[in-house]
Amino acid sequence: MTESAVNKEANGDVCQHRAVNGVKPGRSSALKEQQCHQRFVYKHDEKFHQSECNGGLYSKPFIESFEETPMLVAVLTYMGYGILTIFGYLRDFLRQWKIEKCHIAREREEQKDFVPLYQDFENFYTRNLYMRIRDSWNRPICSVPGDKMDLVERVSHDYNWTFSYTGRVVKDVINMGSYNYLGFAEKSGCCADAAAEVTLKHGVGVSSTRQEMGNLDRHEELEKLIARFLGVEAAMAFGMGFATNSMNIPALAGKGCLILSDELNHASLVLGARLSGSTIRVFKHNNMQSLEKLLRDAIVHGQPRTHRPWKKILILVEGIYSMEGSIVRLPEVIALKKKYKAYLYLDEAHSIGALGPRGRGVVDYFNLDPTDVDIMMGTFTKSFGAAGGYIGGRKELIDYLRSHSHSAVYATSMSPPIVEQIFTSMKCIMGEDGTTIGRDRIQRLAENTNYFRRRLREMGFIIYGNYDSPVVPLMLYLPAKIGAFGREMLKRNIGVVVVGFPATPIIESRARFCVSAAHTKETLDTALSAISEVGDLLQVKYSRHRTLPSLDRPYDETTYEESED
Amino acid sequence: MKIFQDSTQQSFSGLSECQLASGKDKSRSMDVKNMREYMGWLYYQYLLITGIYVLEPWEKSIFNTVLFTMVAMVVYTSYVFVPIHVRLALEFFSGLCGEQPESTVALMS
Repeated sequence: MTESAVNKEANGDVCQHRAVNGVKPGRSSALKEQQCHQRFVYKHDEKFHQSECNGGLYSKPFIESFEETPMLVAVLTYMGYGILTIFGYLRDFLRQWKIEKCHIAREREEQKDFVPLYQDFENFYTRNLYMRIRDSWNRPICSVPGDKMDLVERVSHDYNWTFSYTGRVVKDVINMGSYNYLGFAEKSGCCADAAAEVTLKHGVGVSSTRQEMGNLDRHEELEKLIARFLGVEAAMAFGMGFATNSMNIPALAGKGCLILSDELNHASLVLGARLSGSTIRVFKHNNMQSLEKLLRDAIVHGQPRTHRPWKKILILVEGIYSMEGSIVRLPEVIALKKKYKAYLYLDEAHSIGALGPRGRGVVDYFNLDPTDVDIMMGTFTKSFGAAGGYIGGRKELIDYLRSHSHSAVYATSMSPPIVEQIFTSMKCIMGEDGTTIGRDRIQRLAENTNYFRRRLREMGFIIYGNYDSPVVPLMLYLPAKIGAFGREMLKRNIGVVVVGFPATPIIESRARFCVSAAHTKETLDTALSAISEVGDLLQVKYSRHRTLPSLDRPYDETTYEESED
Repeated sequence: MKIFQDSTQQSFSGLSECQLASGKDKSRSMDVKNMREYMGWLYYQYLLITGIYVLEPWEKSIFNTVLFTMVAMVVYTSYVFVPIHVRLALEFFSGLCGEQPESTVALMS
């Protein structure tokens, strides 16, 4: 396994770019690099935001902060989990001896002597920890999830084992949880009208695959538009975003190939990589030293045992990581990819539409050439307010995928209203509908993101991720605070997403806000004051970095103004 | 009344430390409107930090009972035994200090 080797010396090209900045890199500069990386990731001084490593590759400051967990909070978190675990065992014991009724699935009487099914930690966690705070998840909504939404009120009389609906509706809950970055999830407006019209004309689906009778002219037009939008030769659209990843990676890589995957990649990428049957190696999150080490090892040693060279080396990264709010270091990844002749698969599920002055994702954000990325993947679920995914790249690649990808061959083609929604919203983003709505929304999102992140930082919360990422994780840490935060925010009429163990490391529970262009400043202010209030109540303002409010802040003006000249 | 408040603050020193550690003097804005509210807030913090916020009432009472019993036992034990140990230690050390000059004198002679 090479993962352990990562910690060892990695004196590579990545940090040698620093020579541009006038720092002479030593040949065996492992220590120096470690420092360089640490300074990069765990930034202690907020003003120190000009990237030290590879500053030459970035056209704008790349500011990312992952403040370390305060020691006391970490200890208390473990203690909290310890106490809850003890009570979990107590409850399991009571269930085992039939002292209390078991509400959750368990082995039937005749299965008792077989291998236990519900014994592992995940099941224990679901049964005894998640169940207690389950009311903060899966809340049913009954309106369009725009900037505000209506929730179906529900109550539980048996501590979240069952819910019953009261029949009332909680009106106008501020929605801080939807991936509705550009606010295209709306029930009126050009997109909704166009989709409705197409539904009447074409119906909702053709019940056939693209390769058979399901190929409509609108699909082809959409694909041409996507290709134009991305700036690539060709593109292909799929009906399901998850399947775009999990079914296309197996078509691209196979036995004898090596996949280098970021440790925080989405489950769809992980599934795709596993289904492909290639060797998978995982590099540390957004850590270019780690990636280079793996690339170098892969090229030097080749395949295990036979030492033949790898057929292909595919790097899997995401544009914005949805749990950390970090943006991939794309300029460095592309530099590495070119140096080591690997292929790059970029998943822009969250970043397409949400980043860049023209809303064209992370490539646009860094002002790079889209043709440098071999496979551009993205989804329509987020910014476009639709469903499905796309893959863009060279024409040969797309032609190959058209005939070889499982989701092209077997999956039903996209429903025409959805195609229309994507078509209209994409045109809107590109400004081809004759309005500036798209441009305004991109601008608005960037402003909202900067404003929201800055205010939260000033309030003293620990906020993860890149300063320009519209995904804003707010750290909660303690298990009880996950449930309390969700409940208290709902009491103040704000819907938030709280994230706990299986999706994050066990001590790093968090709340995740998604800023949208649909939010007005007033909405954000209401949300922020509620967050601050709850933050005081729950004592989650952990940050020890003092940011002085409204004192020389370079983030006040929008990011894109200078890059648009 | 004042003394009582001080003692509660001491017993929740873990909490106030946490507050300090989190570096938020703003949390003082939650400051005491009246005693009752403050105690309620402290209890809420205690629930959150120990994680028993999410437990059912009967589990909460078990936890509280166990914790209270343990604290009471520690307090009682220290009340009973600490003075004895302190007296013994004092005797021991004073014995040491008292004996020393005598023996040196004995050696000298």
